[in-house]
Amino acid sequence: MGAAAGLSTAYGSSVHAAANKYFKGYPDSLGILFDSMLCIGCRKCEAGCNKVNGLPPPDQPFDDLTVLNKKRRTDTRTFTVVNRYDPPQGIPPPLFRKIQCNHCLEPACASACFVKAFTKTKQGSVVYDASVCVGCRYCMIACPFEIPTYEYDKALTPRIRKCTMCHPRVVEGKLPGCVEICPNEALSFGKRKDLIKIARERIRKYPDRYVDHIYGEHEMGGTSWLYLSGVPFNALGMREDLGVTPAPELTAGALSVVPMVAGLWPVLLTGLYAVSKRKEKIAKLEQQQAVASTLEKANSEAEAKLSKALANAQKEKDAAIKREIKKALEEAKQTQETEDS
Amino acid sequence: MSEKAAETGKSFFTPFNVVAGIIIIIGLIITVLRFTGGLASVTNLSDVNPWGIWIGFDLLVGVALAAGGFVTSAAVYLFGMKKYHSAVRPAILTGFLGYALVVLALHYDVGRPWRLPYPFLVQQGTTSVLFEVAGCVALYLTVLFIEFSPAALEWLGLRKARRMVVKLTLLLTIFGVVLSTLHQSSLGALFLIAPSKLHPLWYSTYLPVYFFITSIIAGLSMVIFESTLSYRYLSHKMDEAHLKEKNDVTLGFGKAASYVLAGYFAIKVVGISTGNHWHLLGTSYGLWFLLELFGFVALPCFLYAVGVRDKNLKLIKWTAVLAILGIILNRFNVCLIAFNWHLPSSERYFPHWMEIGISIFIVTLGVIFFKFIVTRMPILYQHPEYSDSH
Repeated sequence: MGAAAGLSTAYGSSVHAAANKYFKGYPDSLGILFDSMLCIGCRKCEAGCNKVNGLPPPDQPFDDLTVLNKKRRTDTRTFTVVNRYDPPQGIPPPLFRKIQCNHCLEPACASACFVKAFTKTKQGSVVYDASVCVGCRYCMIACPFEIPTYEYDKALTPRIRKCTMCHPRVVEGKLPGCVEICPNEALSFGKRKDLIKIARERIRKYPDRYVDHIYGEHEMGGTSWLYLSGVPFNALGMREDLGVTPAPELTAGALSVVPMVAGLWPVLLTGLYAVSKRKEKIAKLEQQQAVASTLEKANSEAEAKLSKALANAQKEKDAAIKREIKKALEEAKQTQETEDS
Repeated sequence: MSEKAAETGKSFFTPFNVVAGIIIIIGLIITVLRFTGGLASVTNLSDVNPWGIWIGFDLLVGVALAAGGFVTSAAVYLFGMKKYHSAVRPAILTGFLGYALVVLALHYDVGRPWRLPYPFLVQQGTTSVLFEVAGCVALYLTVLFIEFSPAALEWLGLRKARRMVVKLTLLLTIFGVVLSTLHQSSLGALFLIAPSKLHPLWYSTYLPVYFFITSIIAGLSMVIFESTLSYRYLSHKMDEAHLKEKNDVTLGFGKAASYVLAGYFAIKVVGISTGNHWHLLGTSYGLWFLLELFGFVALPCFLYAVGVRDKNLKLIKWTAVLAILGIILNRFNVCLIAFNWHLPSSERYFPHWMEIGISIFIVTLGVIFFKFIVTRMPILYQHPEYSDSH
């Protein structure tokens, strides 16, 4: 009893804590700031990424900029792509945006994975372990940025593929491949909290140049990748309607109901069973009583009839005796009178 | 039909066998393609559309339509509605086959099906709704197997084992209702994590409740539908009790379905007002939503009620079909049609014919197994030597 109470208290408080929790990421975790105003769309980052990750060569070479004419997305052979966006009125140069995994502080993919194939590392990257992956692709459903890609062409060994923020290189003290190669410093690598300061400083210094928003600071609870832009982010194909709720919180409520149902349903259902059982029992009992009382009534009626008949018979008998006595007496009287006279 | 043919020496090639045979051959060919060429060779799935009809139909619809087992056994064993007793075994069988085929279908969809036990044996992703679904479906499949087993044990003549299992009836029924509540609702909760992808008219924090309530509607309607088909094709297998109770089942379950549909309609409206999405009803998705709400919720609710009032069995049976179509439409909407609604039409998903082929293949397997079992085991009749089953 005490243990149960303790457990429920502990559970309750953790739920409560979750509701008020604001996870700002692991302390001193790393991130990358992408400044779209500095990106020239050279695709060097794509080449660097391809090289350090040992990915297969692209269909068109990385110095072929005609691929920018259409919108691309990441796939199993490409962990990052740069897209060009038509300049909105008043801003002549075309704008570019680099796409890759944003490495959420509280990743939707990791929360959705039923075999814990994703890990948010202390360094800030979200890494994937193919050795346990079942291939259910729920991470792809969950990811608000549509980042995880899947090897649909592999019959028996398909993996999820996505940017690792160069986790293996970062733990060795190296820069991520894309950051290292960027010729124009559009990418800055460092502690996330420092990057936020840098981004704020740029916005403060050049208020006409930048939109007053750091994309990724709060989106979906915050991401390790941060973005600066001179145009509204949706003009760069980035969704502005994602909200600030971290993905795990979206399902926490539904999951918290599980132990309640598991605990209370058996009680409720056993109760309903008991009610129906008791109803049956009472119905049976009432039936028995009804039968018994009917029988009793019939019996007593019969008895009453019988005793009435008996009484009548007795009465008749008495009357007959009386009559006989009277008759005898009268006869005797007559005899006496004739004798007297 | 097949053994009838065997008995009378008639051809094995009855229309049913020919059609089923063709479907199975095609299914097996696609199976080979799937496990040699990968999902890319047989599906239209993509990086933005990771789930197709193998999830939308085979899993979501399959599990919902297999809800008859828990609904019927709860009505009879827990709520004491004994006049529906003859409906329990067919419903449990339908449920068991339904879940078994859902699990079979998942072997096609997931990348490495032999790893399906990994979430339990290797690493437990307890923060995932899918973990709960997987756990409950695995447990409930086991429960359904045990609940179904008395029929098989009677057929095999294993009295002792049967007596032991029958003693567990109450416990299994309660366990089955708990597990069904959890995973039926969790299938809806799967989509809670993607508010940015599912259209706001379908996305609701009530999704788990909607999925659970619709599973009851699906279960009730499937019992009516299945009993209609069984009577039509397998009435020679039914005993007197089954034939006598058949109409009671249709009337009673139709009445229950009407009530549940009415409640579901109410909470759907509550969902729109909680999200304050009234203005979206005028959009094209809104009209689609209204079609689902009025054509496949309000209409069957009304038709069931009329059918029950007039004791119009035919109307109730057709309404069951309408209600089942409504469940299919709802699951398709949440998983496929209103999901990824923000994408341009060029990136939207439409199933490859081979995906449809596998889904038909799996439904056909279900019908064949059902027929095989019903023509052999005491499902539609009570075994004369075991009249104690309560």
